[in-house]
Amino acid sequence: MGSLMDTQIMNIVDQPQSLEISNIPSETVGDVHVDHPRMTARNVNVFYGDKCAIDDVTLDIAEKQVISFIGPSGCGKSTFLRCLNRMNDTIDTCRIEGTIALDGQDIYAPHVDVVPLRARVGMVFQKPNPFPKSIYDNVAYGPRIHGLASRRAELDDIVENSLVRAGLWDEVKDRLGQPGTGLSGGQQQRLCIARAIAVSPEVILMDEPCSALDPIATARIEELIHELSAEFTIVIVTHSMQQAARVSQRTAYFHLGKLVEVGETEQIFTKPQHEMTHNYITGRFG
Amino acid sequence: MTETGMNNIGVDKAGGGMISPQEAAARVGAGLAARRACEKRFRAYGRIAIGIALAFLVTLFVSIFSKGIPGFFQHYVTLDVTLDSARLDPTGDLSVQSLYDGDARGVIRAALYDATGASGRSGRKAAGKIISAGAEQRLRNAVLDNPAILDTTQRMTFAVDDDVDSFLRGFIKRETPEKDRRINDRMIGYIDALQEQGLISFEFSDYLIFGSASRNAEMAGIYGALIGSLLTLAVCLVLSFPIGVATAIYLEEFAPKNRITEIIEININNLAAVPSVVFGILGLAIFIGIFGMPRSIPLIGGVVLALMTLPTIIISSRAAIRAVPPSIRDAALGVGASRVQTMLHHVVPLAMPGMLTGTIIGMAQALGETAPLLMIGMVAFIVDVPGSVTDPGTVLPVQIFMWADFAERMFVLKTSAAIMVLLAFLILMNAAAIFVRKKLERRW
Repeated sequence: MGSLMDTQIMNIVDQPQSLEISNIPSETVGDVHVDHPRMTARNVNVFYGDKCAIDDVTLDIAEKQVISFIGPSGCGKSTFLRCLNRMNDTIDTCRIEGTIALDGQDIYAPHVDVVPLRARVGMVFQKPNPFPKSIYDNVAYGPRIHGLASRRAELDDIVENSLVRAGLWDEVKDRLGQPGTGLSGGQQQRLCIARAIAVSPEVILMDEPCSALDPIATARIEELIHELSAEFTIVIVTHSMQQAARVSQRTAYFHLGKLVEVGETEQIFTKPQHEMTHNYITGRFG
Repeated sequence: MTETGMNNIGVDKAGGGMISPQEAAARVGAGLAARRACEKRFRAYGRIAIGIALAFLVTLFVSIFSKGIPGFFQHYVTLDVTLDSARLDPTGDLSVQSLYDGDARGVIRAALYDATGASGRSGRKAAGKIISAGAEQRLRNAVLDNPAILDTTQRMTFAVDDDVDSFLRGFIKRETPEKDRRINDRMIGYIDALQEQGLISFEFSDYLIFGSASRNAEMAGIYGALIGSLLTLAVCLVLSFPIGVATAIYLEEFAPKNRITEIIEININNLAAVPSVVFGILGLAIFIGIFGMPRSIPLIGGVVLALMTLPTIIISSRAAIRAVPPSIRDAALGVGASRVQTMLHHVVPLAMPGMLTGTIIGMAQALGETAPLLMIGMVAFIVDVPGSVTDPGTVLPVQIFMWADFAERMFVLKTSAAIMVLLAFLILMNAAAIFVRKKLERRW
């Protein structure tokens, strides 16, 4: 029963794609290098089993800047993001080639321990995922396991500071003992951001942090990202091009595992150099 | 069905168009009656199934309760006993040995002859049969507990013999010819005399709860078996919970996904389906055969039951771990927790209700298990209450199994009463499982 319909759907999907594939440049358009890179990726390939998810990506991530990754679903932008703090290690079939360096040190070198790496490269996820613990414990968890505070007062300071910087302090200061899961979606996401910055990372990775939030909560997070970019290097994956335009200084466009184009956000959205970038940001596909 | 569907689509496609909304609505409407009927039928099947299951359950409970509730009571006779210290405590030092050398039996009999007015050799013999053989022990214990009662006359209550009890319950009929019944006319006369004086009472059976295994039905109780069960379960829990949970955590979170892990997983799942008696044979061969450990001890019983409950605990713990949302793992790993920290701080606490539920269900299973314990000799007749896991003992279901073999009316009643106690424990454990799950899950 399904075969006939499937073939038709396949045809619809396949035809434009097969055209596009021939359009993907072998070299990334735009300048992948920056003057003060915090992280550098060189010729990175990622495989899930035999399937190639990321194909020869070279990219610098500049210090104290926001870079956004855009592209259609399944283009590998989240995969690439998760490579930056080795979150893909938990997937057994995932294999990575090439080098990714943080401050010039290869994070995939054999002796590297992922624990300090993830303390330096924090992460905020698509769906707000506070621990089913109190608001205080959510933020204090990172500092506790890394031994960042020697006294209770010090830990209190870290928690307060992180919540203040995540713009959540005023809303939760009277109920730090209540479960973090009882907050609204937007508050939960800011709690997750507070949890990430509590361990004083250098880089924060954000994987579509606003996709589960309403516009008001989204605006609040975007504002926050802007504020945090003064202190942290931020990499954000987003499906919203407006969001990319609003929060980031640089934008990278991924397509089918390839990094098609990267450049200043303003340039990408006003004068894209590659035809596919142009088509994507004008809503022709994606 | 598939073929026609395919054809329809083929025709529609060939026609080049879609069916009109009116036509679609008409076609949907035509099928509605059949769909509703199907739904109703399905619900009816469900109700019938539940009805049958409930009917069986009710039958089971009615038959057990109707026999079991009378089993909690038995007949006692109250006598005025003159506690002559010279006869009871010949040595005079109140030692157990001295009391055993004394004539407790004679003292009780004397009181009984007074109450019934029995005289003559055959009369006294008949009267003596009314009272339980456990009466002497009860008298000695009373004296040991409170030596001040010596040389006074005390009202004391003793169990009647199980045949007398059966007669009083009406299982042995007066109308039956004397040679066919287990108590003779003379005894019936004495019983009537005791009843006229109001000396016979029907009371809650303390022997059932505090007594141990006995050949005399009126003295038999579940205390020893209950303690045996608790000791066995304690060993079982101490072994199977940590091992089961550790195995589940390792297999689920740390083990590499290769052929060896796969074989281990398949074997664990198969172990859950192995007949329990096989574990008993294993225990017999290894612990008793190879290690030469004593038979009938709760320690081996517990180990054997732990082997049996392990698959249950491992499987339910793994399911509980798998049910923890991956976002929690990501969150913990994302702030730099190691895998062990992620496990111990987040996954295990969240999976704990499920793990505990599985463990309690496993324990309930172990509590009701008989066959493997028969293999390691826990079916032995043991009067002493086990004081430790290395003392010989028996367990509740095995006790029930043994009692069910006896023909005495009172054993039949006590068997049902013991089943009720076992059921009460099982219900208690299942309730605990539900409580634990609800209580721990509601926290957030």
